[in-house]
Amino acid sequence: MQTLVQYLISSGIFGRHAPYELVAAITVIVMSAAVFLGVAFPFAGMVSWVERRVWARIQSRVGPNRVGPNGFLQWLADGVKHVCKEDIVPDEADPTLFKLAPYLVVLAFVLPWAVMPFSSSLILADLNVGILYMTAVTALTVVGVLMAGWSSNDKWSLIGGIRSAAQIVSYEIPAGLSIFPVVLMTGTLSMQGIIRAQGWAPQHWFLFANPFTMIAAIILFISALAEGNRTPFDLPEAESELVAGFATEYSGMRYLFFFMAEWGNLFIIGAIITTLFLGGWQFPHVTRNVVVMNVLQLITFNVKVLFLVFVSMWIRGTLPRVRIDQLMSLCWKYFVPISFLDMVGTAIWVAIWPNGNEWSGYVMFAAGIVVGVIFVQRVIYYLRRSRMELYFRPTI
Amino acid sequence: MLQAIVFYALSVLTIGSACIVAFSRNIVYSTFALLGAFMGVVGIYVLLAADFVAMVQLLVYVGGILVLTIFAVMLTQGIGDVAISNRAVGLVPAVVTAVIATGVMIYAVLHTHWHVAATAPIAPTTYGIGNALLGRFMLPFEVASLVLLSALVGAVVISRHEARE
Repeated sequence: MQTLVQYLISSGIFGRHAPYELVAAITVIVMSAAVFLGVAFPFAGMVSWVERRVWARIQSRVGPNRVGPNGFLQWLADGVKHVCKEDIVPDEADPTLFKLAPYLVVLAFVLPWAVMPFSSSLILADLNVGILYMTAVTALTVVGVLMAGWSSNDKWSLIGGIRSAAQIVSYEIPAGLSIFPVVLMTGTLSMQGIIRAQGWAPQHWFLFANPFTMIAAIILFISALAEGNRTPFDLPEAESELVAGFATEYSGMRYLFFFMAEWGNLFIIGAIITTLFLGGWQFPHVTRNVVVMNVLQLITFNVKVLFLVFVSMWIRGTLPRVRIDQLMSLCWKYFVPISFLDMVGTAIWVAIWPNGNEWSGYVMFAAGIVVGVIFVQRVIYYLRRSRMELYFRPTI
Repeated sequence: MLQAIVFYALSVLTIGSACIVAFSRNIVYSTFALLGAFMGVVGIYVLLAADFVAMVQLLVYVGGILVLTIFAVMLTQGIGDVAISNRAVGLVPAVVTAVIATGVMIYAVLHTHWHVAATAPIAPTTYGIGNALLGRFMLPFEVASLVLLSALVGAVVISRHEARE
């Protein structure tokens, strides 16, 4: 970012005596707007289409395929439809808070993109407290959800809001504790620093570094799904019990804001896991060309993140919703104690092997491959028994 | 110049939200206005190049304390009708207390010898904080965690006791 600002000033676009602070501020605003409007919001839209298609396949349906090639432009049509809808504020609702709530939720969705490490150079701000920033700003969602739930003046909304608050506050603890092993091993909180500490090969990823980090990765993924209100933890908006939870009274654009944030948060969940455990943008040094390297890294990062997004859709299509008491006991009776033990275990591991243990990486990776092969075999077995014509013709 | 503008904007946000917290007739508005006050303080920490403290402020106060406060307020029945201000003590003692407190604070601000750094030290603070907490200030750090543990156990004891009856 600094080099870009220096380049802009020296190139003389803003005149020779342009104040550094002002140019820096303008650069930051323009770059952020480009990332939000060019990456974050279209991604959230497209995910809604991908998710509906993936779901449909899991349930042996076809899914939206009319607008554009394979229904690809469905998200644009939906967006335009929601913008054109009437903006209804219920008479009994609290108008100020009712209108403010969607903005808070969207704020919590756009802020994490500032530290999103797309490649070794493509990052808006490589904060040295990056991962802490990421977990801290995503916690703002819950304030927006509570605000929506209370201001709607509706029992479904209120119950949805309170469920969401209880869920997010609880799952923040195992999620935070699961980040700890990685921080302990790298000694840094910066997103780029954590990625640089890993290698491009899977045995150098933190997922396979030792048994404790693998457990931490699994706990973090499940907790992140719970924090993002994803099935099987979508109690705050459970259709069969609460109409649409905290979003019941919302319509039009404000309703869309909530769901855009939810779909966009999938990318953020994927990015956190990818950065911490899957080696981020690491790619072998195949060329000295910086631009080509960055493009390759960008592709690597996005492939990993989109794979995790797909996994979360898969989970959503497969598992039934849990009950609220099951949700709470899973968090407090299992995840919190396990992640505390995990933390202690990692500390002991780091004390014994301060520079990491090369062999445990290979052993863990081999074990991961065995589990993966068994899993793929099961999936293929069930695919054979289902309606194959849908699965093997993805462009119906 | 830009820093001064940002500083005053953040101050207005913090103090304005704090005023809503204090003067609002509706306790739910007060609770939500806390968000503005906390965010303003986060901004001021960032401006002071205290990155780690800013993030912990956000994580603990917004993610934890504010949410639990809102939670408590929402679960209280008829929260909109409660008379918020405590009128038992009266106006005169309140004014006297406020004037004395303001006087002490202004005196402290004017008579403290403030250390002004020559240039803004924009450097990571995490290492320093970590070394201080696990080195020189190890004992206070551990004692603080003991206090939290006893509070935790106390909460469990109280809620278990009520459940039995």
